[in-house]
Amino acid sequence: MNEYTNAVEAKGLTKRFGKFTAVDSVDFTIPRGEIFGLLGPNGAGKTTTIRMLCGLLLPDAGSATVQGFDVASQPEEVKQRIGYMSQKFSLYNDLTVLENIRFYAEIYGLPAERRATRVEELIEMAGLKDFKHEPTHTLSGAWRQRLALACAIVHNPPMLFLDEATAGVDPVSRREFWDLIYALAGEGVSVLTTTHYMDEADYCNTIGMMYQAELIALASPDEIKDELPGVLVQVDCERPVEASEILQGLPEVHNVAVHGAQVHVTLKHEWQARKIGTALTYAGFAVHSMETIQPSLEDAFISMVMQRQSRATQVPGQPQNRSIA
Amino acid sequence: MNRLWTIMKKELFHIWRDPRTMAMILLLPALLLILLGYGISGESLNTTLAVVDFSKTDESRAYIERFTVSEDFELLYDAASEDELIDLIDRDLVDVGMILPENFGRKLSTGKQAPVQVLVDGSMNPTDALTVQLKLSAISQMASQDILIERITRSGVGQNLQLPILDTVRTLYNPNGDQKLYMIPGLIPILLQVQTLILSALAIVREREQGTMEQLIVTPVKPWELMLGKIIPYLLVSIINLFILLWLGDLLFGVQVAGNFWELIGLSLIFIIGSLGMGVLISNISQSQMQAIYVAIFIVLIPAIILSGLLFTRENMPAVTYWYSELLPVTHFLEITRGIIVRGAGAQTLLWSSTVPLVGLSVLYFVASVLVFRKRI
Repeated sequence: MNEYTNAVEAKGLTKRFGKFTAVDSVDFTIPRGEIFGLLGPNGAGKTTTIRMLCGLLLPDAGSATVQGFDVASQPEEVKQRIGYMSQKFSLYNDLTVLENIRFYAEIYGLPAERRATRVEELIEMAGLKDFKHEPTHTLSGAWRQRLALACAIVHNPPMLFLDEATAGVDPVSRREFWDLIYALAGEGVSVLTTTHYMDEADYCNTIGMMYQAELIALASPDEIKDELPGVLVQVDCERPVEASEILQGLPEVHNVAVHGAQVHVTLKHEWQARKIGTALTYAGFAVHSMETIQPSLEDAFISMVMQRQSRATQVPGQPQNRSIA
Repeated sequence: MNRLWTIMKKELFHIWRDPRTMAMILLLPALLLILLGYGISGESLNTTLAVVDFSKTDESRAYIERFTVSEDFELLYDAASEDELIDLIDRDLVDVGMILPENFGRKLSTGKQAPVQVLVDGSMNPTDALTVQLKLSAISQMASQDILIERITRSGVGQNLQLPILDTVRTLYNPNGDQKLYMIPGLIPILLQVQTLILSALAIVREREQGTMEQLIVTPVKPWELMLGKIIPYLLVSIINLFILLWLGDLLFGVQVAGNFWELIGLSLIFIIGSLGMGVLISNISQSQMQAIYVAIFIVLIPAIILSGLLFTRENMPAVTYWYSELLPVTHFLEITRGIIVRGAGAQTLLWSSTVPLVGLSVLYFVASVLVFRKRI
């Protein structure tokens, strides 16, 4: 093994498609054994970043190493040492579960004597025992995803890339899937994941927030929540969606997001809470309760994106007090 | 090397897991050979004839009979007028119309020149039209000749008059002018071309469209392993096709290989490898299966059918068309199959005209198909 301390080191990583810049000078490192989450809206450049790190796309500028190997000049060395799960299910539908795992075991060049035990081990781990001889197209989404994970780690890679691996899977299955990922991380596997689920982001050691090709925040989930400007007030009132529209029009309100039956309102100062309570009552909405809460990652995420959006559209000289949903 | 075997196994699984695809791949070329073999190689063309005989004499009837006794013409209508005759041709009921004027018999019997007007439907295939014209004038001239000899003999000028030239034409290789012997050795290369190209043109792009390629190229698999692993199973399938086609050609059409059988098989393998390579090349540069099929059909398959020499001779083609057809391996392979099957010629005899171009192009397309693949998105 060569000498490296970080599983991933990206410096000024950039990818352009024609005039469009998909990833703009992104820097980050992932220490060995850490789970790193890449968050951001669709089209922010997360998948492109992962593809560059996997050696599937050539960076236009900057560089990156994975497990100490340069992704541009040593892609085959990188590929030996990584597992990859893409957004789309990408195994062979007409092959059985066993055949798919065996296929990848052979492709990754597992020695014949270790192959059988490793395949059994993975089937055990993924809980696929009952489906061993089923053609893959008969599996449900959650099982396919476990199979895909099994195929991706068949060669015991020290680094795992998950590109929205849990998209479209039910919460219980997601939870079970993450237990598997945690177990792998516990064994020292480094993980880079992208996701839209904020509860999954909370599992990560470090989070990188991407927005319009740039990395706009890089910190632990708690740090990111703390960085949220102002205070977050949870308003429990009638007709939350309509109420949010009223709230958006108020000058004190920084940001509004509906969370189920409640409305999360970001204010500059805590004392402004009473003002918006009054405004809502005046507008004919019965306010049941109002309390200052600890912001969730989702609040932080939405707030950050909103700030960026309004900064981009803001007319110079005007106060920035409102966000366009 | 183990990885190559792994990929081959997977490709073979794909083929035989799906019985419908499997049946299509194995049966369709054979069915098409039967269909086209009987269809295109109909025996010598039968020309239909209508006659207006204004003369109605022994002479005119004897003249018409010369055409009807030959197997080539079939008298369908006795028309009453020239208009009716033209109408019959207009409606495509007959190919040829013949008008014998009222004075035909009288002029002939008095030793004068008797006029005959013949109308040929020019909307038919020009080659057929030309053949019909040649046959018509040959029969007519034969009639003139016989009448002339008879007159001279009768006048007592010459006894035992003979024609000055006696020609003996001997057709080599296909003495009976059997169309099947010409068409079947041409159809086999074309069917193999369609088969190999369609199979391989989808090979890479299908996986790209399904998303399975992305998973495959993040592994350490080598491009040549992937390309060969895809080509070899199709090579096996195509070899089965080749044997079925040769066997059916013998069984149903009596077309046997006059030359060295194994030489034919060897060159067929080279052709198949080259054209699978061409397909994989198309697959590599296509973004979707739709694109690959379009390129395969419009750039290779239609030109292969029209320009390869299956239907028309290539010698008279304009330069651009001629050189385009030279770039298609099937053109050279077709020369070889006709050479070996019909003439019993060897690869040696056809070395520079066909064998070298076939091998050269096949190697070129095959190597290009492996080199052009990139393990990137």
